[in-house]
Amino acid sequence: MAKQMPATPLLDQLEGGPWPSFVTGLKRLANDESKQYAPMMKSLLGQLEHSYDTRKGYWKGGTVGVRGYGGGIIPRFSEVSGAYPESSEFHTMRVMPPAGMHYDTKTLRDLCDIWEKYGSGLIAFHGQSGDIMFQGISSANIQACFDEMNDIGFDLGGAGAAIRTSMSCVGAARCEQSNYDEARAMRTVINNLLDDMHRPSLPYKMKFKFSGCANDCVNASHRSDVAILGTWRDDIKVDQDKVKEFVNENGRKMVNDQVINMCPTRALSLNDDDTLDIDNRSCVRCMHCINVMTKALSPGDDKGISILVGGKRTLKIGDLMGSMVVPFMKLETDEDFEKLTELTEEMVEFFAENALEHERTGEMIDRIGLINYLDALGLDVDPNMVAHPRTSSYVRMDDWDEQAEKWNRRKSGSAAAE
Amino acid sequence: MSEVTEKPRMPIECGVPDPMPLMHPMMRENYGKWSWHDRPRPGVLHHVAKSGDAIWTVKAGTQRQMDLGTIRNLCDIADEMADGHVRFTTRSNVEFMVTDEARVDPLIEKLEADGYPVGGTGNSISMISHTQGWLHCDIPGTDASGVVKSLMDELYHDFKHEEMPNRVKITTSCCQINCGGQGDIAINIQHTKPPVINHDLVSNVCERPAVVARCPVAAIRPALVDGKPSLEVDEKKCICCGACYPPCPPMQINDPEHSKLAIWVGGKHSSTRTKPSFHKLVISGLPNNAPRWPEVAEVVNRILKAYKDDGRPWERMSEWIDRIGWPRFFELTSLPFTKHHIEDWRGGRNALNQSSHVHF
Repeated sequence: MAKQMPATPLLDQLEGGPWPSFVTGLKRLANDESKQYAPMMKSLLGQLEHSYDTRKGYWKGGTVGVRGYGGGIIPRFSEVSGAYPESSEFHTMRVMPPAGMHYDTKTLRDLCDIWEKYGSGLIAFHGQSGDIMFQGISSANIQACFDEMNDIGFDLGGAGAAIRTSMSCVGAARCEQSNYDEARAMRTVINNLLDDMHRPSLPYKMKFKFSGCANDCVNASHRSDVAILGTWRDDIKVDQDKVKEFVNENGRKMVNDQVINMCPTRALSLNDDDTLDIDNRSCVRCMHCINVMTKALSPGDDKGISILVGGKRTLKIGDLMGSMVVPFMKLETDEDFEKLTELTEEMVEFFAENALEHERTGEMIDRIGLINYLDALGLDVDPNMVAHPRTSSYVRMDDWDEQAEKWNRRKSGSAAAE
Repeated sequence: MSEVTEKPRMPIECGVPDPMPLMHPMMRENYGKWSWHDRPRPGVLHHVAKSGDAIWTVKAGTQRQMDLGTIRNLCDIADEMADGHVRFTTRSNVEFMVTDEARVDPLIEKLEADGYPVGGTGNSISMISHTQGWLHCDIPGTDASGVVKSLMDELYHDFKHEEMPNRVKITTSCCQINCGGQGDIAINIQHTKPPVINHDLVSNVCERPAVVARCPVAAIRPALVDGKPSLEVDEKKCICCGACYPPCPPMQINDPEHSKLAIWVGGKHSSTRTKPSFHKLVISGLPNNAPRWPEVAEVVNRILKAYKDDGRPWERMSEWIDRIGWPRFFELTSLPFTKHHIEDWRGGRNALNQSSHVHF
């Protein structure tokens, strides 16, 4: 006889209301009697209801993996398996999605078919780090399930003290505000670091994220140790006829209130003939005016990336926002991509050698100072790296002349190059 | 059996899959060559390429934790009505692309009929980013999917309409590590009591020096308890953050009564207009009231109403508060301002008003 559905009076209250209900989905799986996962999902619903009843979680970690890798599976063993035996093992497989999270239906159906055979039937598109999370599989089924997914071109993501699964925005695939090939950058950088993803041996986790502009749709600035953000260094492109059309359609007050006066560096002014005056040297490429006037304005032609380092959340010293370490670099030619590959490799290597156990890149920089980090990576100091110069006089500066000379040499060098 | 088949299969370390063969062909053809976009209606984006090609994207909400039936249903819709391709956004919305405007409305109709709300674009409230919670996490103070489901039921209208001053990103997190990240509104667990230690298990389960090192305020020290090596917590120093719990499960931090929910506002990831900012505490002490967390929903609605009524176009939550000031924020939302709102963590002086500026 089939296992009985558990009573779930609390979870049942999450089936009403207009938003799609995950509980309804869980029940569909639990009631799918012809499938191997039905008993597991009945048991899972029982445990989840128990959590709702007692307001406590009942999963613990452990060690589960696939042959050849040291990470990528999140082991979950139930602490209440006596009452809910069929979901006593309910591990998650973290699988890396295609850059930009594009799918054709055949690929999704293939993944579903494999998961139907081995797993719980529950999949999250996607987790906070960007993985497809195949939630709920027994230890015994993991290897076969992974082998089949791997055979159709999917690989495990990161977990633990490792390079983590990355994300890139939709970018060049559908967005005119894209400033570089986000998908290529992501695949180039991450696929070069797979050893440190699949065999966790870093001091702690390390995340890379790739956004095509300052709008930062994948939240790279704060949610990654290394944020690659698109930008440009020539002028904003303006179609003055389209500007006039926009002013005509929306009125000068709207344009002044919602475009001109919202520029963070007061770089915009509306001319008497309803064209736009832009002080490009004061512009910080924040994207606001371009977001509002999508037909009239667009990023310049001399595109590239900025790199921010050190973003992370609370543990252990408090929140850190990524801070600028590379104000601009081109990312177009094979050589440019090679340069990014080398730089990111050095960032991982320096982190591996210098971070303390359970310390993130931002915390390490907080401890050793940004100057030591820049020195180690061979990055030149730049006023774009600071909100303002130092305000404390408590610093030893007996090599001032030497440092000033470095700056002057760089300036005359770049002047000569132009 | 031959020798070859006996060799265990080793992984093909193929890494991040190439999206090019998987994406909608029109996106592939115009890759890096788009010209402009607009939003014909909430939930729909219209992108035009330099070639003149145009693509319409219809965005719909999902429950993120999807069963096979849901995913196959989305595939059926994509096959029938959207050229067999989908894309997922950072916030677990699903996007369907069509190359003919006439196919937009039938697609919306079908999605809505099958239970997927169309919206999440522009100045709407998009899907709440959520974590694992009781469903799958090993350290959760609350559930994630349930909180998100109950809140999205409340915010359904504002997912489907673009009526807020600017986009609103809401996040939830089931512990103070805050995997949900920064949000215009963040709903996060806040523990209020020190961990309850099972001294019988500590020495067997926990690497004690690592646990001591994990504490942000150095409140944990090794100790002998009933003759057994264990750990003890200086409860006067303890900030009840729960950082010791993941490396040492016998130091239970979660409590059905004392693990509360706190709400934070003004987090912003983008560098658009203002620099990125962290969210700030506005209220704590809300009960972890599964299965529908009505007390949380009430406060979230109150904050959103104040922002919707008073925010100017394009002001994100943080920018709105920058303009009106915190006194007015607490007034408009009728939330109490307490000593706990005053930052005393490292760098806390920077959060003080170091000027003569006063709002009246």
